[in-house]
Amino acid sequence: MNITLHVWRQKDAKSKGRFVKYEANDIIPDMSFLEMLDVINERLTLEGEDPIAFDHDCREGICGTCGLVINGRAHGPRARTTACQLHMRSFKGGDVIWIEPWRAKAFPVVKDLIVDRSAFDRIIAAGGFISAPAGSAPDGNAIPIPKENADLAMDAAACIGCGACVAACRNASAMLFTASKVAQFGLLPQGQPERDVRVKRMVAQMDLEGFGNCTNHRDCQAVCPKSVSVDNIARLNRDFIRSTLVADRRAAVGVGSAG
Amino acid sequence: MESSVISVPVGAAAAKRAGYLRAYYGSTVGKKQVMAVTGVIMVLFVIGHMIGNLQVYLGAESLNHYAELLRALGHGGLIWVVRGLLLAAVVLHIWSATALTLGSWAARPIGYRHRQRWIESTYASRTMRWGGPILLLFIIYHLLHFTTGTLHGDFVTGDVYHNVVAGFSIWWVSAIYIFAQLVLGLHLYHGAWSMLQTLGLSHASYDRLRAGLAIFVAFVVAAANISIPLAVLTGVVS
Ligand code: HEM
Ligand code: FES
Repeated sequence: MNITLHVWRQKDAKSKGRFVKYEANDIIPDMSFLEMLDVINERLTLEGEDPIAFDHDCREGICGTCGLVINGRAHGPRARTTACQLHMRSFKGGDVIWIEPWRAKAFPVVKDLIVDRSAFDRIIAAGGFISAPAGSAPDGNAIPIPKENADLAMDAAACIGCGACVAACRNASAMLFTASKVAQFGLLPQGQPERDVRVKRMVAQMDLEGFGNCTNHRDCQAVCPKSVSVDNIARLNRDFIRSTLVADRRAAVGVGSAG
Repeated sequence: MESSVISVPVGAAAAKRAGYLRAYYGSTVGKKQVMAVTGVIMVLFVIGHMIGNLQVYLGAESLNHYAELLRALGHGGLIWVVRGLLLAAVVLHIWSATALTLGSWAARPIGYRHRQRWIESTYASRTMRWGGPILLLFIIYHLLHFTTGTLHGDFVTGDVYHNVVAGFSIWWVSAIYIFAQLVLGLHLYHGAWSMLQTLGLSHASYDRLRAGLAIFVAFVVAAANISIPLAVLTGVVS
């Protein structure tokens, strides 16, 4: 099949970008979206042009490295699917496809379709961890955890940090990402000691990075390839109230001096 | 990009210095929660106001007596307490909304070329920032119209029933009120759900109730209030 692409090309972080039109001919429907770009890039390379830069790693939907806004939708038209797991059979011959990078001040473009997502790393570094040495795996059932909590924590931890939530959000908010990381620990006993401090630190870092502010549109969960639910945002909000208004202030002293 | 991981003062001494509430309101989540709490106050007021309005159907005496009662409660003091509370709520709500909105606009300096696909967001959620300012204009007009009488033309102090009937007999006045109530319904439809989410009040066992409550509140408030100008225009109330 033959399709027309409009791809965002930007030489480096400092340059102004623009859309460049490419004709993608003889595309096989069973190619993945990224393989289709590989085909274009092979041609561009042979023609002595700069290939289109896009992020990817595992190409099996588990690493969260890929990320393209395809016709106005993060990761393209299929629900619960990363761009690398999207196939050209989701399109038809003659289609016109616009390919853009994640757009957010906190995700500056590095080159073409690649953005710098280290803001996410810093949000994690601000509190998305457990300080106690974890040691080797504990004996099964040594720490009792309600089955529901274990499942919900697992669902939150399914986040692969791709950033589609930010890309799709009208406000370019990172709440779904941050909330998934807050919730995955908050739901488990190991996460309790730092629970109040964690949410404050991660929210403060999120604000500092210049993400927008959640207004509960829910387009983030709609494009999330791992279906992380906005219920986690309610959990973050709950923890935030708790840590500010309810948590024992004296008890926080020891924890505060640790970081 | 050069920013590094910050260290938030969380110890008691640091917190005392920064002030717990200042740190809270300084964060975007705190601001949003202030919007939600002030939203709750305004929603409860709007529901109470609607119930009061419906007394127009009981006749002139009922409505005027009710209005008198409101002014007399607590030796005439309660109405000022409520007015003060509502003013504070409106100011905080708008202040926070403005700060958060400006932050969100700044968060995407370069937009998408292709129209963004909306999947779960609703018309109501996408028009909150239109609805809010429209409601503000309406609230100002409404106060100058029915409370002070400045923009009324045939205002009789104390005769609320007359003021309502005379006011809504003018078709474009009714049109303004009907339009404003549609906007309010839309703002409440997203707002009622959103504020519960913002306050962390979600739970699998009542999430469906949450959505239903938002539709119910928005529809009942808008429909009941819209019925009044319609009743005057059609002569049901005269
Ligand atoms: C007077 C001018 C007003 C302005 C400028 C305004 C603005 C806004 C904005 C921008 C939002 C955030 C929207 C979002 O979540 O996407 C919002 C939320 C909300 N508004 Fe208003 N609004 C106003 C009046 C009102 C009134 C009169 C009510 C109640 C009757 C109300 C109730 C709410 C509620 C309940 C929310 C949801 C809070 C949350 O998401 O946590 N607002 N408003
Ligand atoms: S490349 Fe790993 S998720 Fe797409």
